[in-house]
Amino acid sequence: MKRSLALIATAVLVTGCGGGGGGTAPSQPNQGGGSPAKVTLEWWHLSTAEPLKTLWAQRAKEFEAKNPNVTIKATVLENDAYKAKLTTITQSGKAPDLFATWGGGVLKQQIDAGLVKDISGDVADVLPNFTPAALSAYQLDGKTYGLPTDIGMVGFWYNKKLFEKAGITQPPATWSAFLEDVKKLKAAGVTPIALAGKEKWPGHYYWAYLAMRIAGLDALKQAAVDKDFTKPDFIAAGQQVKALADLQPFQKGFLGAAYSTPDGQSATVSNGKAAMELMGQWAPAVQNDSGKGLGDDLGFFPFPAVEGGKGSAADAFGGGGGIAVGADAPKEAVDFVKFMTEMGNHSKAVESGGVLPVLKGEESAVKDPNLKQVATMLASAGGYQLYLDQAYPPAVGQQVNDSVAELIAGTKTPEEVGADITEVAKSEE
Amino acid sequence: MTILTRGPEAVKLPVPAPAVKKRGRWLTITLFLLPALVLFLLLVVAPILVAVYSSAFRWNGFGGLPTNFIGFDNFTRLFGTEIFAQDLWHLLVLVLFSVCVQLPFSLAIAMLLNQRIRGRALYRVVFFAPYVLSEVITGVLFSLILSPGSGLANRMLSVFGIESEWLADPNTVMPSLFLVMTWKYFGFHMMIYLAGRQNIPNELIEAAQIDGASSWRTFRHITLPLLGPTIRISIFLSVIYTIQLFDLVWILTGGGPSHSSETMAVTMMEYGFKRSQVGYASAISVVMFVLSLVFALIYQRFVMRRDLAGATTNLGGRR
Repeated sequence: MKRSLALIATAVLVTGCGGGGGGTAPSQPNQGGGSPAKVTLEWWHLSTAEPLKTLWAQRAKEFEAKNPNVTIKATVLENDAYKAKLTTITQSGKAPDLFATWGGGVLKQQIDAGLVKDISGDVADVLPNFTPAALSAYQLDGKTYGLPTDIGMVGFWYNKKLFEKAGITQPPATWSAFLEDVKKLKAAGVTPIALAGKEKWPGHYYWAYLAMRIAGLDALKQAAVDKDFTKPDFIAAGQQVKALADLQPFQKGFLGAAYSTPDGQSATVSNGKAAMELMGQWAPAVQNDSGKGLGDDLGFFPFPAVEGGKGSAADAFGGGGGIAVGADAPKEAVDFVKFMTEMGNHSKAVESGGVLPVLKGEESAVKDPNLKQVATMLASAGGYQLYLDQAYPPAVGQQVNDSVAELIAGTKTPEEVGADITEVAKSEE
Repeated sequence: MTILTRGPEAVKLPVPAPAVKKRGRWLTITLFLLPALVLFLLLVVAPILVAVYSSAFRWNGFGGLPTNFIGFDNFTRLFGTEIFAQDLWHLLVLVLFSVCVQLPFSLAIAMLLNQRIRGRALYRVVFFAPYVLSEVITGVLFSLILSPGSGLANRMLSVFGIESEWLADPNTVMPSLFLVMTWKYFGFHMMIYLAGRQNIPNELIEAAQIDGASSWRTFRHITLPLLGPTIRISIFLSVIYTIQLFDLVWILTGGGPSHSSETMAVTMMEYGFKRSQVGYASAISVVMFVLSLVFALIYQRFVMRRDLAGATTNLGGRR
């Protein structure tokens, strides 16, 4: 008896612990044969901020009302937590039915691992409605793996008052004028640029844009294929980043600064302590959150052209967001993606200021004048480059971030940066 | 219930056939150990084996098991990188600082708080408090205090005309990091030393004083040697912690500026989760594990030998 009691206790303990240690498996959607079978869609996204948080939840409710057999289970996570959790769950070989994606190299890795559904056939009828720039990140080798819900671009967000104070009347259109303006701002006692050096991604925008302007968009895309970043044009881009860094344009202690913390890049601009930042379309929203906000003093100008460069000043650099469909997801998942990106539904999100237009003819829904400028530029953009840390395989993207950070900190030369990125690119098969 | 009614029988243990009883005893022991054993195998041994296994592959962690076997390439690549050499250097610096500065400081405070001074209980609690705080909270707290622009530290020091960029300057980041580590951990070591000190009979110290020994000599020749086992264990804990140092660095600097405060665990995180090179990251984790293990074994064998005599770790020992 004693022994059997011990046995039972042991069994209880083992199963109890086993359940806890093994982690809970995601609930399986019921894939029945009949059409009105009950279906649960797991939807992971990262719109934790208003207005999108509420808007997306409303869309899910509407879709459920239209399709009574569908239940949508949304998991909303903050950016870094989302990336970490998605990595873990996809490494286990099972992606959620619907999940937010930025497209590019990260999505490609997930596709190669067989986690993402090819939805080319299902969405062929709606593809022409999207702007090419918005769609490009989710199409690989002629196949479509997701639809965009947002698109944007990186540019300079500047403080008009501080520019005036330094005697700058017109935002710079060329790189040399930009460097001159940086000097003028410094001379006027204004910190020209805020940069989050602790987080490396904001720094990589400078190198990426300069590489686009100097080497051209095609060369940048080709470099990823050839795995060669040592060409003279890329070294020149590095030299220009160094030329900027040598002017010491950044705020005090920028190497340790984060992006959205109370003393970070965004707050520094928001509180009028630096004249500008190079940031994506979300910059105004984050500024209002992290500091006092600039209100009407906030302006936007695109990254200037580089004299003699091969790239066009109309080429845009940035990214958006889309929804991809898990490999084993039921067909209702694709319906939901199409539902989310219908003109009537999506333009509501655009009107709210939460996202920018991804559909043709949606620009008129943008209210904010700065965002309108971004949307107009995007609509007329000649070429589009996704963030390098998303476009390239993760290791290469991170190396770009890392190397540019070292370049700005002055610990590596432009030549070393080119060689380092090349080495990592070559080691990626 | 059954156990209670069976109670008296259990008292008569030596009477029945010993062989059967012995087997029964072992079975019970095994069964009671089983849950812990299963947990240990599942949560400690299995991950170690998986890490060792995947460290021999080029693997991005996606989709099923790794297939691209590359032998020791991950390790040769790791040992060739500048970052790994830097990681080791940072480890060495932090260990040296911990052992030569942080621990003596903790010891001094412990000795001070062993005196009869007013409010010493309060001091003990206050000094121990940082240890109770989570590392993440400590990290966030100090990134605010040490912020170059608006941080408390610079505000206060500006009275004396001193200003530092603390964590934002490659030259000051390691001392700043060490400062935070010390703030967080000196209370813990202080507590260990205090406990060790209480175990030293006061008669010994009184006897020394009657013999006319100065307080320094008493400390040097009586307190310190008798605190030996305590100090050795605190050095051990400190070194093992430093090898695995992650949370504080991750929150405070993320390893930057440009790798100047990176530790092995931070490098592992970078490669495993940001660069999707799980095989390579596994190799780093294996190196960390081996480093800790080798240190622990050597240290226990040669430094803590006497302290551990008859202890549970002495597996082969007879009672």
